[in-house]
Amino acid sequence: MKLRSPWLVALALLLLATVPVTMPGYLTSLATLTLVYALLAMSIDILAGYAGRTPLCHGAIFGTATYVVMYFVTTAGGNPWLALPLGLLAALAVSLVFAALAVRTSGVYFLLLTLALGMIVWGVCQRWTSVTGGENGLRGNARPAVLADPIVFYYFVLVVVLSAAFVMWRFVRSPFGLSLKGIRESESRMRSLGYDTTRHLLVGFLFSGLMAGLSGVLYAWFNSFVSPSTVALAQSVKGLLMVIVGGVGTLFGGFVGAAVIIVLENVVSSFTERWSMVLGVLFVLTMIFAPEGIVGKLRSFLARRRRR
Amino acid sequence: MSSTLLQLFNSFTFAALLFLVASGFTLIFGLMRIVNLAHGAMYLMGGYVAYFAATASGSFMLGLLAAIVAVALLGLVEQSLLRFVKGNELRQVLLTLGLALMLNDAALVLFGGDTFSVPTPPWLRGPVEMFGIFYPKYRLFVLSVGVAVFFGLWLLMHRTRLGALIRAGVDDSETVEAMGINIRLVFVATFMLGMALAGIAGALGGAFLSLYPTADSEILVYSLAVVIIGGRGSLAGAAVGSLAVALLSTFGQVWFPELSYFVIFGPMALLLAFRPLGLFGRVT
Repeated sequence: MKLRSPWLVALALLLLATVPVTMPGYLTSLATLTLVYALLAMSIDILAGYAGRTPLCHGAIFGTATYVVMYFVTTAGGNPWLALPLGLLAALAVSLVFAALAVRTSGVYFLLLTLALGMIVWGVCQRWTSVTGGENGLRGNARPAVLADPIVFYYFVLVVVLSAAFVMWRFVRSPFGLSLKGIRESESRMRSLGYDTTRHLLVGFLFSGLMAGLSGVLYAWFNSFVSPSTVALAQSVKGLLMVIVGGVGTLFGGFVGAAVIIVLENVVSSFTERWSMVLGVLFVLTMIFAPEGIVGKLRSFLARRRRR
Repeated sequence: MSSTLLQLFNSFTFAALLFLVASGFTLIFGLMRIVNLAHGAMYLMGGYVAYFAATASGSFMLGLLAAIVAVALLGLVEQSLLRFVKGNELRQVLLTLGLALMLNDAALVLFGGDTFSVPTPPWLRGPVEMFGIFYPKYRLFVLSVGVAVFFGLWLLMHRTRLGALIRAGVDDSETVEAMGINIRLVFVATFMLGMALAGIAGALGGAFLSLYPTADSEILVYSLAVVIIGGRGSLAGAAVGSLAVALLSTFGQVWFPELSYFVIFGPMALLLAFRPLGLFGRVT
C-alpha cells in the first residue's frame, strides 16, 4: 500500500523533531510521555484493531517491564542497559502465559479473561512487598547516564518509538498481519482455509506484548518510579481509551489518542484531583456518542462535508 | 487440626459472600449478556451506604436496607445508560468500565480514603462454640444468608412467573414481547435484582472484610474468577466457583501469604485449558 498522505507524515515528523525547540522544558517531558504511551496504545491496537481481540491486560504487561527495570537497577544495582532486555523478556514471559490462556476465547470472554489476568499481576505487585515495595513502590533513577539530559532522552524515545511504530506498521501489513485480520473477520473460515488460528493469535499476542514491554521499559527510564497503580486496571483502560480515541485499527491513531489523553490528563490534573472521574466520564461518553473514535468521527464528518 | 477447621469455616463464609456478589454478576451476564464491570464498585458503594446508614441510625438492618435500595437505584441509572449501546457487547462492557471508574472516584470524594467496618448488631457479636472451636457468630450469619439467597434465587428462577419470563426472554425476547409482555421491564427488574444482591454483599462484606478504596477491584477480580470457573449464567456454577475460589484464596493466604493471588489463578488456568466456558457454562 502507498502512503496516502506523504505531506501529512512529513509535517508530523517535522513537528515531532522540533519539539524540544518549540516546546521546551516541562512540555518536552510531556511529549516524551506521550510517545511512550503512543507505543503502548499501538501495541494494544495490534490486538484490538487487527486481531479483533480487545485486551485489558496491557497495563499489566507494560507495568511488569517497568517493575523489572526498576527492581534490577535500583534494588539489585544492575546496569540500566542490561535492564532493557530483561524488561522485554519479563514482558514476553507474562504475555506468553496470558496468551496461552486467552487466545482460545474471543469477544467479551477474551476481555474478561485478560482483565482477570491483569488484575492478578496487580494483586501480586500489591502484596509481594519484599520485592515490589507494596504500596510504596520502587523509586530511583533507572535511566542510563548517557540519556540523563531530557532533550537527549526525548530524541532517544522518539527514535525508538518511531522505529517500533514502523516495525508494527510492517507487521500488520505483512501476510501474517493480514491473517490476523482474517481471524478478526471470521475465525472459522480462516481455520477451514488451513490456518492454525490459535498459533497466529498467540504470535500476534506475543508481538503486541513485546511492544507493550518496550514502552514499559521506556516508562521506567522516564518516570524513575513504579507502584501498583502502574500495573493497575486503570492503566490498561487508559491505553485502550487512547486506542479508541485515536481510532481502533488505525495503528498511528495511537499517537493522536495518546496526545489527547495525556494533554487532557495534565490540564484536568492542574484544576482538580478527579482525573479518574474524568477518565470514566470520557469512557462512557465515547462509548455512547463516538465508538469509532474521535479520529474516525472527524473522518466521517469530513467525508460528509466533502460530498456536499 | 483446629486451625485447619477454622480455615475451612473461613472459606465457607467467604464463599457465601463471594456467592452474593457473583450471583448478581452471573445473573446479569448470563441472562442479559451484559458484563457489568461496575459490579465491584456497586458492592463498595453498598458497603459505604450501609456503614453510614447503620452508624447514623444505630441499626444494622436499616443499613442493609439502605444499601439495597441505593445500589438498586444506581443499577437503574446504569441500566438506562446501557440502553444507548444496546446489542453491542464490547461497547457495553467498556461503558460499565467507565462507570466503575466514576463510581470508584465518587466513593473516594464522598467517603474519603479511610477504612471502615460496618458495625454489626449486638446479637451477632461474639463467638459461638462448635466442633471444639470458637467461631464468630457474624460470619455464620453471612454463611446462612448466602445459602438462603442461593435457594431463594433458584426458586425465583425455576418456580415463579418472573423466573419463567426471564428465562423465556433470554431465549427469544421477540416472541415473549409478541405475547404482550413488557420484556424490557423484566430485564430492568433482573438488573436491579442483581444490583440489590451486590448491595447486600457490600453491607455484609463491609462488616468482615472492611471497606477501603481498592476493595472494589479485589472483589471484582474474585467474582470474575468465580464466573470464569463456574460458567456464565449458572447459579450452581456461581456456588461451586465461589467455594473453589474461597478455599483456594483462604488456604493460599495461609500457605503463601504474598502470592495468594497466584493460587487462585493456577487452577483457573488449568480449568480453562480443558473447559474454556467454565464448569457449568453452555454454548449459547
